[in-house]
Amino acid sequence: MLKLENRPQPSAFWSYGSPLLALLCTVVIGVILFAMLGKDPVRGLQIFFWEPLKSGYALGELVVKATPLLLIALGLAVCYRSNVWNIGAEGQYLIGAVAASGVALMAPPGGSAWIVVPVLVAGVLGGMLWAGLAALLKDRFNTNEILVSLMLVYVAVQVLGFMVYGPWKDPNGYNFPQTKTFEAATRIPRLFSGSRMSIGVLFALLGVAGLWVFLFRTRAGFAQQVGGLAPAAARYAGFSSRGALWTAFLISGGLAGLAGALEVAGPLGQLTPYVPAGYGFAAIIVAYVGRLHPVGMMFSAILMSMFYIGGELAQSRLGLPKSLTGVFQGLLLFTLLGCDTLVNYRLVWKRTAGAK
Amino acid sequence: MTYPRLQLTGITKAYPGVVANSDVSLTVMPGETHAVLGENGAGKSTLMKIIYGSIKPDAGEIRLNGQPIQIRNPKEARANGISMVFQHFNLFDTMTVAENVWLGLTRNSLEQVTASIVAKANEYGLDIDPARPVHTLSVGEMQRVEIIRALLTRPELLILDEPTSVLTPQAVEKLFVVLKKLASEGCSILYISHKLHEIRELCTACTVLRGGKVTGVCNPQEESNASLSRLMIGAEPPKLEHKAQPAGESRLLVSNLSLPREDQFGVDLDGIHLDVRAGEVVGIAGVSGNGQKELLYALSGEDCRAAPGSIRMGDKDVSALHPGSRRKLGLHFVPEERLGRGAVPTLSLAHNLLLTRTGSIKHPKFAGGWIQVKKLEEHAAAIIKGFNVKAGGPNAVARSLSGGNLQKFIVGREIDAKPTLFIVSQPTWGVDVGAAAQIRGEILALRDAGCAVLVVSEELEELFEVSDRMHVIARGKLSPSVPIAEATVEKIGEWMSGLWHTVEGPDAGPPQVGEAPLGGAATRVAAERGGQHHHA
Amino acid sequence: MDASYALLIAATLNAGTVLAIASLGLLINEKAGIVNLGAEGIMLCAAIAGFATVVATGSDLMGFMAGIVAGAFMAGIFGALVIWLNTNQYATGLALSLFGAGFSAFAGINYVQAKIPERPQFEIPVLADIPFFGPALFKQHPLVYLTVLFAGALIWFFYRTRAGLILRSVGESPESAHALGYQVRLIRLGAVMVGGALCGLAGAYISIIYTPLWVEGMVAGKGWIALALTTFATWRPARVLLGAYLFGGVTMLQFHLQGVGVDIPSQFLSMLPYLATIVVLALISRNPRWIRINMPAAIGKPFYPGS
Repeated sequence: MLKLENRPQPSAFWSYGSPLLALLCTVVIGVILFAMLGKDPVRGLQIFFWEPLKSGYALGELVVKATPLLLIALGLAVCYRSNVWNIGAEGQYLIGAVAASGVALMAPPGGSAWIVVPVLVAGVLGGMLWAGLAALLKDRFNTNEILVSLMLVYVAVQVLGFMVYGPWKDPNGYNFPQTKTFEAATRIPRLFSGSRMSIGVLFALLGVAGLWVFLFRTRAGFAQQVGGLAPAAARYAGFSSRGALWTAFLISGGLAGLAGALEVAGPLGQLTPYVPAGYGFAAIIVAYVGRLHPVGMMFSAILMSMFYIGGELAQSRLGLPKSLTGVFQGLLLFTLLGCDTLVNYRLVWKRTAGAK
Repeated sequence: MTYPRLQLTGITKAYPGVVANSDVSLTVMPGETHAVLGENGAGKSTLMKIIYGSIKPDAGEIRLNGQPIQIRNPKEARANGISMVFQHFNLFDTMTVAENVWLGLTRNSLEQVTASIVAKANEYGLDIDPARPVHTLSVGEMQRVEIIRALLTRPELLILDEPTSVLTPQAVEKLFVVLKKLASEGCSILYISHKLHEIRELCTACTVLRGGKVTGVCNPQEESNASLSRLMIGAEPPKLEHKAQPAGESRLLVSNLSLPREDQFGVDLDGIHLDVRAGEVVGIAGVSGNGQKELLYALSGEDCRAAPGSIRMGDKDVSALHPGSRRKLGLHFVPEERLGRGAVPTLSLAHNLLLTRTGSIKHPKFAGGWIQVKKLEEHAAAIIKGFNVKAGGPNAVARSLSGGNLQKFIVGREIDAKPTLFIVSQPTWGVDVGAAAQIRGEILALRDAGCAVLVVSEELEELFEVSDRMHVIARGKLSPSVPIAEATVEKIGEWMSGLWHTVEGPDAGPPQVGEAPLGGAATRVAAERGGQHHHA
Repeated sequence: MDASYALLIAATLNAGTVLAIASLGLLINEKAGIVNLGAEGIMLCAAIAGFATVVATGSDLMGFMAGIVAGAFMAGIFGALVIWLNTNQYATGLALSLFGAGFSAFAGINYVQAKIPERPQFEIPVLADIPFFGPALFKQHPLVYLTVLFAGALIWFFYRTRAGLILRSVGESPESAHALGYQVRLIRLGAVMVGGALCGLAGAYISIIYTPLWVEGMVAGKGWIALALTTFATWRPARVLLGAYLFGGVTMLQFHLQGVGVDIPSQFLSMLPYLATIVVLALISRNPRWIRINMPAAIGKPFYPGS
């Protein structure tokens, strides 16, 4: 019968191969799904994997969608490598967006373009604050950070709702729940004209480099990860688990808040109840599929944004519901977890001899 | 004709990378106490698991009372009269003794089981209360639960895997009484051990395993330690040179250290006095569960709650210092757990250096201290070479090494730091004889070079071999030290029950013998002046 | 007494029952050592499965069955991954929740405006006529009462039967249970699937009885609150029941306060259940001893037989 056998050393081949195999499995299931829904599977594959890459502008759109995903995932990678289970990145993203909107709304018309800096800083601080709440509760009360950070997402959604239905509602907005559009000066500058890519891309790339250095070449990064790999060894070495907890939460909260600020002061230009787009949760998948590695996450962020764009296109061109995106994203994570087994285990055909 | 109770022929079991058992044959007669002797890694545990049904062999035949048999799982083994007491107990902490025993049987109700426990315990003189939760028991008492559980299945064959590593010498004697009674009733006993003197005292037959193969079958009563050792490891046990030398200045002074336990299943430390000087090896003996873990946490800095002044290194008060700061003062520590505490299993040997050595980090004081990977790998390679570690290079992950080699690396990592104070816990537990001899040699070499060394170990022979002075830890208290020349197994055994205050005199009764119970249980404290007994 | 308080109590029992069913199910698999973070996803998929089934067949019972089957199936896949392939329990559970959220939204697309027949009024004859207590306690769907009985049955199961002892031993130390010859993996799979089935029942209850409609994301975090409840109750069935009613009460409180005209913005009232969860978790987790002595020791850890 088929058995799983332990590998003495994790397989380097499957470390790279597993995400690809998972993608393949997801595509196969997707093809089956398309067929069951009565749509042409080839056209479906084309929409998801070819259309988003077709033109320069399309690639730009891909990057625009991937930027917040990557930023948040970079922070989550720090968390998950430290065994800190921050699931509330969506909430930290939202509070970052709220904080950034607060500063943006204070900008006078025709003000200096440098207001962008405090807008972004506010976003970072907002995200850090929200993440800090979960860190505090874990630190002082030893509460499970999965549940706390998740509960805070629901709270953050209500905070956002309160602000746009209440004090920040645009008086000239026909009573719609939205803030007024932000002044032009507060808008995040584009990288170059002809594309919606913003300087957020630069932040993301800087983040990739920074994370790589932090994780693999700094003493602090090493100490951070040992806490996640072997807590008793971290204690033996004298690494502070409290420091690791706060570092993980503050970094990921700050990055998620930054992503929120970039979205709300960038493509959106105002605060509405539709800001929660699930990026905080999708970033969890980006992080895992990218193996919690900065370079891997760049690729998985692009992949995930292809799913997003593909989903939108599938809705407009094939009449399929947009929620298909969510199905594929969830499926990808599932298949990845299954395929990851091959990294540490080998499938063998075993004959077991009974005593005869 | 009397069939052998158990006959194994040609048993083979291979795992990726290692053949655990190769064409092993074994014959046990009814009523015989049969030893299975071999060093760590020789394949004894695997063989026993095959007999007990936990593992299936790749080839070979098992016959029980002359009939060939296939044992597919432990339940079938028990149904066939085979019972096993494992080295690592299969007990559930939060459940009572009776519930634990019930889980090991297929019998009917809890009440019936409780009654059987009491009856069996009385029959064999094993003192145990069925209603107590297991986490309140001492290690010796836990073993009694395992034994009663095994006895209640009315076994024809009882397997014991290294039963005495958790017992005081006196408790070992009591165990032997039980086993001899059992054997006299016709039960066969398979006794797994690497302790030569025990096998020669208890067993009438012996099969020796080395590297998965049988190297000899003999009657231990007719053999000497030397001849058994030759069968076990192919040579006489290596002798270590232990020259006497005067001790230097105090490197570690522990004064009246008292610490409430961190973990509710742990042990409180009470008034510990300890002095370790340069150029000497101080040993601490004791069965596990008497406070060693808590004491070591306090000494290494993993637990910083000690009262100010209670732990000093030289003239510095280190009671509240973290491990990193104590390392800077010259303290290096090798913990009992290798994978998971002394080393991170999924990291390479080179990266595992970074746990305690900062030499390859530029500006280690800063968070952003840069890791110089090449320098790190070279350093690791040097340690691997210098300490004879069999590994796939500095980038091999820690868990790919065998237990002995990983221990050699960890010990090497700490000794290479040229410590002024070296603390090691269970230095050769689970390590093969060759590596064990090397490690003990390193400890003595350190001491000869002037380092102060503290060794905590459950193995009395090891402590007798390397220590200059010895303490015993029992129930969170530390005995006074005794020079090694004056220490005997009997005396140390008594001290393990906490009886180091026994006063010689007309009023004092005979020394009390018993286990060293854990905190929380009713204890019998040492006989004070005038032979009073104090029940807590 | 004011009739509205009777209604408040009735609503509390109703809301609490959802949490109780899900949480008691999660308790079963946690006692065996497995944490299923996919509860929210399971409940969402079961909600749409149940709702769609009632729309198609008109039968509530079929709807509940659909929810149960959906829950057991999803939990089964989770169990296979976590128990045989030893994937990380937390990550896999999360994946299940994310997938469940996406899939339920996708599958429910055609049911957003759908309606199911008018819900029948349940009441226990004679008892329902008692002033105040009648409307407060005895006009509930049968599942409300069955849940209380079920909690009692679980207490008996865990602490008075051999099967319950075996289940607990698997959660305490799977290695020891395995060494004693118990089929740890199968027992765990069974526990996970039963837990999933109960989460499914709770999910179906939401869309069939509690708020008879389908809307994307309608479970609104109750799966996560149910998970918090097992910790809050230190893994004891009676406490789970109490905690569930407490949270049901908090949820109902926001509607009651709005109805009474309390001048707090609605969003803050909506936050109440989630904030309450955080507070309650903080209070119970403060003392590590309570947790250590009651928590199944092997929870969340992978098990490798034959090692």
